[in-house]
Amino acid sequence: MAGKILLEVVTPEKLLLSQQVDEVIAPGSEGEFGVLPGHCHFLSMLRIGELRYRVDDVTNHMAILWGYAEVTPTKVTIMAEIAEKAEDIDVGRAQAAVEKAEERLKAGGLPSEVKEAEISLEKSRLRKKIADRSRKTGHA
Amino acid sequence: MPSLQSLRRKIAAFKNTQKITKAMKMVAAAKLKRSQDRILAARPYALRMRGVVSNLSQRVNRASHPLLQKREGKKVEVLVITSDRGLCGGFNGNIVRKSSEFVRQCEAQGLQVSLSIVGRKGRDYFRRRTWPIRQEWTGIFDKLTFEHAIDIGGDLTDHFVKGAFDELHIVYNEFKSAIQQRVIVEKLFPIDAVAEFGAAQAEGTTGGSYLYEPGEADLLNIFIPKHFQTQTFRILLESAAAEHGARMAAMDGATRNAGQLIKKVTLHYNKTRQTAITKELMDIVGGAEALK
Repeated sequence: MAGKILLEVVTPEKLLLSQQVDEVIAPGSEGEFGVLPGHCHFLSMLRIGELRYRVDDVTNHMAILWGYAEVTPTKVTIMAEIAEKAEDIDVGRAQAAVEKAEERLKAGGLPSEVKEAEISLEKSRLRKKIADRSRKTGHA
Repeated sequence: MPSLQSLRRKIAAFKNTQKITKAMKMVAAAKLKRSQDRILAARPYALRMRGVVSNLSQRVNRASHPLLQKREGKKVEVLVITSDRGLCGGFNGNIVRKSSEFVRQCEAQGLQVSLSIVGRKGRDYFRRRTWPIRQEWTGIFDKLTFEHAIDIGGDLTDHFVKGAFDELHIVYNEFKSAIQQRVIVEKLFPIDAVAEFGAAQAEGTTGGSYLYEPGEADLLNIFIPKHFQTQTFRILLESAAAEHGARMAAMDGATRNAGQLIKKVTLHYNKTRQTAITKELMDIVGGAEALK
């Protein structure tokens, strides 16, 4: 298959995706990076962020919460702690999670609790963003 | 010839046993379903992780991370994974036999062996043997979580780094299907290129140098321990699923055997009863004849 690259997304819970795609954009720990077929070997940690992959002219979105990515010229393997496809995210619940995290952050507390709240806020905002986007583009 | 009453008691006893084995089979089947789902879900992640690490191990300088070192040592550690409970057919027997065999092989090569054991059954067996048990974990299978894997994996990696052993092998039951388990001996330390990824080499996909983000050292520091925890977790899940499968099969067999025994004894009981009746009848007829 010329001009395509195999994208596999696995989490400890399941194999989420295994598909030939044209382009992948992933949230690396040092910044986003794009992968086209024939990319050089690359191993990166991932942070909380959005994974985009393009098949022909359709771009899909996925929420990634930490993990690792291994890139070879023919294959991208994403090993994420948590990953969710945009169409699987429940917008209402994501919104509720954002509000709850904001509240917890406001309430303050021990430094570790604040840190935790910050992380969960970032997480829930991301899920919300991705869910909103997929709705706009008329996925779900 | 046993009395009718003792036969009746025997039948009742067999029926009770059958009820118990049947119930155990049902419980095992329910647990099997759950643990089967878990292992099937966890496999892809663990296998890909292993692929990445095996690629990595060929590329990076082994001296750059303590867990990647290859030492010409004489000390071998064997991690034996058994179950906490019995009544699961040859499950623990197979493991114990295979590990003893393996340990003897190592000793024949002049290696010094120590054991780590997961599961009460294996511990009980090896306690009665002469080989030193370095560490044991029991009672984890009731509620198996990733924490256990972190615990066990962490202990093993610590001791490897400290030089308590130079090679680590794991003996465990792999879950093949609900009725089939396979005993596997797997080498975890030092990391070798895994054979199944030889195909990738042939395609030349492992050639060329890697880029790392963040730096190589940081990445390895996080990635390699994570890899061991993931593998340990996978192996524990394999074993848990295999155990329930083995128990289900064993209890299914036991239920069937009890059924056969009940049939046999019931037949015997009926025959004995009939003989007794016939004898009584003949007595009566004989008595009546004599009166004529």
